[in-house]
Amino acid sequence: MSIFVDENTKVVYQGLTGSQGRYYGMLNRDYGTQVVAGTNPKKAGTDVEGVPIFATVADAVEATGANVSCVFIPAAGVRSAVLEAAEGGVELIVVITEGVPMHDEAYFYNKLKADYPGVRLLGPNCPGLISPGKANIGITAGHIAKEGGPVGIVSRSGTLTYQALYELKQKDIGCTTCVGIGGDPVPGTSFIDCLAAFEDDPETEAVMMIGEIGGSAEEEAAEFIAANVSKPVVAYIAGLTAPPGKKMGHAGAIVSGGKGTAQAKMDALAAAGVRIGQSPSEAGDIMAEVVAGL
Amino acid sequence: MDLFEYQGKQFFASYGMPVSPGEAVTTVDDAVAAAERLGTPVMVKAQVHTGGRGKAGGVKFAADIDAVRTHAANILGLDIRGHIVENLWIEKASDIAEEYYVSFTLDRSAKKHLGMLSAEGGVEIEAVAEENPDAIAKIWVDPVGGLTEDQCRQWVLAANLNPDVTDQTVELLLNLYEAYTAGDADLVEINPLIVTPEGRVHVLDAKVTLDGNAGFRHDLAPFDATQPRDEREAAAHAKGLQYVGLEGTVGVIANGAGLAMSTVDVVNQVGGKPANFLDIGGGANADVMAGALEVINNDPDVQSIFINIFGGITRGEEVANGIIEAMNRVDIASPIVIRLDGTNADEGRALLKPHLSDRLMMAPTMLEAAREAVALAEGAAS
Repeated sequence: MSIFVDENTKVVYQGLTGSQGRYYGMLNRDYGTQVVAGTNPKKAGTDVEGVPIFATVADAVEATGANVSCVFIPAAGVRSAVLEAAEGGVELIVVITEGVPMHDEAYFYNKLKADYPGVRLLGPNCPGLISPGKANIGITAGHIAKEGGPVGIVSRSGTLTYQALYELKQKDIGCTTCVGIGGDPVPGTSFIDCLAAFEDDPETEAVMMIGEIGGSAEEEAAEFIAANVSKPVVAYIAGLTAPPGKKMGHAGAIVSGGKGTAQAKMDALAAAGVRIGQSPSEAGDIMAEVVAGL
Repeated sequence: MDLFEYQGKQFFASYGMPVSPGEAVTTVDDAVAAAERLGTPVMVKAQVHTGGRGKAGGVKFAADIDAVRTHAANILGLDIRGHIVENLWIEKASDIAEEYYVSFTLDRSAKKHLGMLSAEGGVEIEAVAEENPDAIAKIWVDPVGGLTEDQCRQWVLAANLNPDVTDQTVELLLNLYEAYTAGDADLVEINPLIVTPEGRVHVLDAKVTLDGNAGFRHDLAPFDATQPRDEREAAAHAKGLQYVGLEGTVGVIANGAGLAMSTVDVVNQVGGKPANFLDIGGGANADVMAGALEVINNDPDVQSIFINIFGGITRGEEVANGIIEAMNRVDIASPIVIRLDGTNADEGRALLKPHLSDRLMMAPTMLEAAREAVALAEGAAS
């Protein structure tokens, strides 16, 4: 099993005709993902390497049965692209685009919650998600992940996610699903959403969580783990020595007013029974121990 | 991006909020001329991107022109928490009967906008929150529905402000919310929001942080021009690199924000001091790598360089070729330690091997590479 996406997932790419959308869309198709459609109102009726282009997500869903949308639209168009995807009837919207204004994110997050409660949003500014061997949606390098289980991964950081997948593969440990929730202030899917899904997934037996400074998502996840997660969780938090008041690359990665420090996050997670790695590789080593003991 | 107080006030004024007349100046003579035009008394206020101006002597009341001259001369060049004052705001002085506090920002946990309003303004809101949390009236605003007049009125009543100014305050707060949302601000704060002895509600200070991502909707160039940035940050910014200057001697280059942050951590963990955070993004081609090396190379404090690359879709060979070509283009002053892992790492390492020397080293793990880079930096310093 996997969470959120599997071999039956059919994906429409908003922005498939752009350079980024085409590049990653075709990589995703090469991986084995069912890439069924793209959208571009000006290019409806054409195709990108055999993938048909429709004017709207609704048209694509009707013609192809797409149930997931992956958004590669430039930041200025993301707000309307997300609303169009929700209106169009997909179940999951994955927004890869970075640089989306905070007010747009806050707006479409709440709009979806209110008017399309069944639709899950992942991102913006995320690498996407991969259920190895089944579907890869976004910009993750598929071949660095080993299929199967027993580990589920959820992460706020792109490269560190790839590193985690790769280290587990080196240790011959498989992954059920790896979800990159992204580093923006209003992520559509939270650590908690993923932890709950992994807890319910019989094939996932342990969870790797990669957090970073800023906000309180890791602390909230710690509370949730203490109360609701029976499976072992291993975590790594980036930014232990980041100076306050400086954004470390991601819009959401900032220690402000003494809040959102890596130490506070590690302490909260440790108190919830989560084992903490001091570096990404140490987290990988701990996960190998956990898996060996399952 | 943080605005100066005067830019914040101009921003608020453009959304119909009452602010005092004033002028931004950079010299004593211009300060005096501004005060003559405005008419004394005036306030002479340091414009810096940090708090605690008053305590540092950066905000002074000037009853007459002589006082303006004295205060302007003292404040220009003043060091306030590491920020040297280069700009002054000369503003017509206001009489104050009451001081309030108000702000809007995103509550990341609730994923809604949080408004805070208090009758105890003019002091640090953190202190009020600590000592008398009941004195802060909070409101969570749904970004879809926005702030309605009814909600706003309830909020004002809950804050126990002077009932005589309720209508004016409601109008001002609705405008403030509009400035916050339509203006794409991450934070708007007025402390103090004052009531004058004549009963007028008035903005006396302004703290505004605009969202740099919303540049496609607004002209942010004037604010970008006044951002505090050291030379290294400005150079990196011009090359489109994500760079944060730090105080140490080990230059750091990594691909991906998380990995760059993690690299800074590991350098610290092994007892070194990183000179910077630098994220070159997903790929690692020669142009990007050369640009990054130039930025690091121009930092006189750097004694060694740690390049930490994890190949995902970008293959190890491409990364290695990028590094080799960049090294040919830039005359690098410090020794480099590379850790290359991920997709086709073995092929990449093989390409680098003939180029290895005591100026270019390779380490198999992040930790070992960090140790080596730190040892090199310390060796160079001693």
